[in-house]
Amino acid sequence: MEIFANLWLGLQTAASFSNLFYCLIGVVLGTAIGVLPGLGPVATIAMLLPITFGLQPVTALIMLSGIFYGAQYGGSTTAILVNLPGETSSVVTCIDGYQLAKQGRAGKALATAAISSFFAGTAVTLLIALFSPPLAGMALKFGPAEYFSLMMLGLVASVVLARGSLPNALGMIVLGLLLGIVGTDVNSGVARFSFGASELADGISFVVVAMGVFGLGEVVGNLEQGSKERSLLVKKVTGLMLTKEEFKSIIAPMLRGTLLGSILGILPGGGSSLSSFSAYALEKKISKNSVNFGKGAIEGVAAPEAANNAGAQASFIPMLTLGIPSNAVMALMIGAMMIQGIQPGPQVITEQPALFWGLVASMWIGNLLLVILNLPLIGLWVKMVSVPYHLLFPAVVVFCGIGVFSVSNSSFDVYLMVVFGLLGYIFRKLDCEPAPMMLSFILGPMIEEFLRRALLIADGDPMVFLTRPISASLLGICAVVIIIVTLPGLRKKREEVFVED
Amino acid sequence: MSFVIRDQKNFWTGVLYIGFAVAVLLVGRGYNFGSASRMGPGYFPTVLAGLLFFFGLLALIRGMRKEGAPIGPIAWKAAALVLLSMAAFGFLLERAGLPISLVVLIVGCASASDRFRFEWKATMLAIGLILFCVLVFIKGLGLPMPVLGSWFGS
Repeated sequence: MEIFANLWLGLQTAASFSNLFYCLIGVVLGTAIGVLPGLGPVATIAMLLPITFGLQPVTALIMLSGIFYGAQYGGSTTAILVNLPGETSSVVTCIDGYQLAKQGRAGKALATAAISSFFAGTAVTLLIALFSPPLAGMALKFGPAEYFSLMMLGLVASVVLARGSLPNALGMIVLGLLLGIVGTDVNSGVARFSFGASELADGISFVVVAMGVFGLGEVVGNLEQGSKERSLLVKKVTGLMLTKEEFKSIIAPMLRGTLLGSILGILPGGGSSLSSFSAYALEKKISKNSVNFGKGAIEGVAAPEAANNAGAQASFIPMLTLGIPSNAVMALMIGAMMIQGIQPGPQVITEQPALFWGLVASMWIGNLLLVILNLPLIGLWVKMVSVPYHLLFPAVVVFCGIGVFSVSNSSFDVYLMVVFGLLGYIFRKLDCEPAPMMLSFILGPMIEEFLRRALLIADGDPMVFLTRPISASLLGICAVVIIIVTLPGLRKKREEVFVED
Repeated sequence: MSFVIRDQKNFWTGVLYIGFAVAVLLVGRGYNFGSASRMGPGYFPTVLAGLLFFFGLLALIRGMRKEGAPIGPIAWKAAALVLLSMAAFGFLLERAGLPISLVVLIVGCASASDRFRFEWKATMLAIGLILFCVLVFIKGLGLPMPVLGSWFGS
C-alpha cells in the first residue's frame, strides 16, 4: 500500500526532534492565542512568519499549521469557561459548553471538546492522505485556462463567508487583486504602481498587509470597544473523565460533525466557522437529545468541535494539492511556502514528498500533543483566559512592529503596515471583510499570469475559458455559487451566522 | 443639490472603492495596454479598476437609496495613538536602537487604552517585554537591529 509507505515517510519526517519541538511550540502557541482575548491565528501566524525564515521549509510549515489548529482548541476552552468564543469557529460551542460549565460539568465539556477534536483530526489526516494524491494528479493536467478558472472559483467562494453585502465583498476581492499588482511586471519589466520607491519594486509583502489589516487594524478595533472584564466561571476544573454512557452519546454526533466538517472544509471559502455552525444546526435537528440543546447537551459540544477541527484541517487539502488557499490562514501558508522557495501547487506532493507527508503526519501528532497537553495544562489556560486586554495588546503591537521590520530590514515596511492598519480599521468600520482581499492579494499575480498565458495560447479569444470542459465547469460552479449567495434564503442564513460575532 | 446618505457604510465603501479605482486609472495611464492576446502591463490593472469603479458605484447608489445602520463613533484617538507610535517605532528603530524605540511604541500604544494609567505591574511587564525582545530577537535570533542606533554613533 503506497499510502502507508507515504504516511510512514511522513511520520519519520514529523517525528524528528526539531520537527516535534516546533510542532509542540506551534500547538501550545496556538492554544494560547485561542485562549487570549483579541488575538487570532491570522495575526499570530503573520507575526511569527519572520521567525520561520531560518527554519527548514517543512519545520516552518509544521509550526505554522500547529498554531492554526491549536487555536481551534484554545477557542473552545474560552467558549466553555467564560462563554466568550476565542475564535469565531467556537461561537456555537458557547451555547451548550457554557451551560455545562454552569452545571459544574466544565471538565466533561472540555474533555468532550478535546476527544471530538482529536477524533476529527485523526480522520481528516487520513482523508488528506487518501484524497490529495489523486486530486493533485488531476490538477497536474491543468493548463493556464483551468488554473485561472480554479482561482476564480477560490475567490468567488471566499465571498460566501464574508460579512456584508455581496457586491462589496466582490469589491474587496478586486481591491486585493489590484494591491497584488504593485511591483515589477514579470513580462515587461515595468515597475507598476511603485511610485518610484525601490522598496515597492518587488511588490508589497503579504506579511505587511496581513499584520497591518489583521494585527494593527484589529487592535484599534478592539480598543474601540473598551475594556470588558472576563469573568471566570470556574477557577478549578475537575471531573475530566467521561462515563461510558456519555462516551456512547457523543460517538454519533462526533462522526456526523467530522463528516460535515470535512466536506465544508474542502470547499474553497469554507473552513472551520461554517463547519461548526452547520454541524450544530444539524445535530439540533436530528439528535435524540435535542430537547436539551441549549441547556447543556454534551452532544452540542461534540458535534461542532469535531466539525470545526475537521473543517480547519480539511482546508489544507485545496492548499496542498492545488495551491489554492480557502481561507486567510491558508493564504498565509501559501505565502510562507513561497518565502521558503516552494512554488505551491499540485507538483508539491511529487517534488517534495517529505514536506507534504511530513506536514500531514505532523497534524496527527499535533492533535495528539494537544490532547495529551491540554487537559493537564488546563489550569494554565484558565489563568490566561483572564489576562486583561490592556496589558496584552502592547505586546501584540510590539511583535507586529519587529516582525514586519525583520521581513526585509526596512523601516519602509513598518510605515506601509501603518497605512494598512488604518485601512484595516476603516474596513472594519465599513463592514468590509478583509479576508477575501487577503486571498486575492496573494493569488493576484498568479491569476494575471495564467490569464495572460491562457489568452496568449488562445490568441486573445476569451471563449477559451468556456470551451475547455474543466475550466467551463469550474466557472459554472462560480456562477452557481454567486446565484446561491444572492438567493434570499441563504442571505438570511448568512446574516444569522454573523449576528453573534 | 439634494443628496442624502441613507446607509453610511455602503456610501463610504463606494467612495473608498471609487477613489481607489480612479487613482489606479490615473497612475496606470502610462502603462502599455496591449491586446487581449498580448497583454501589456496596463491591461489587467485597467480592467480591474473598471470593475472596482463599478462595485463602488453600486455601493454608492445603495448608500443613497436604502436605509442602513450608521457607522458609529470612530476611535480617532486610539487609531492615531497606535498607528503613530508604530510609525515612530519605524523611524526610531535604526536611529535610536531597539530598546528606546520599544519604549516609545509601548507607552504610545498603551496610552490608547481607556485603562491606561501608571501602575508598577504594567511597568514591570513593559520592561520585561523589552528585555525579552532584545535577548530573543537580537541576541538569540540575530536579527539585524541595533541595541543603540546611529544616533549613538554605533
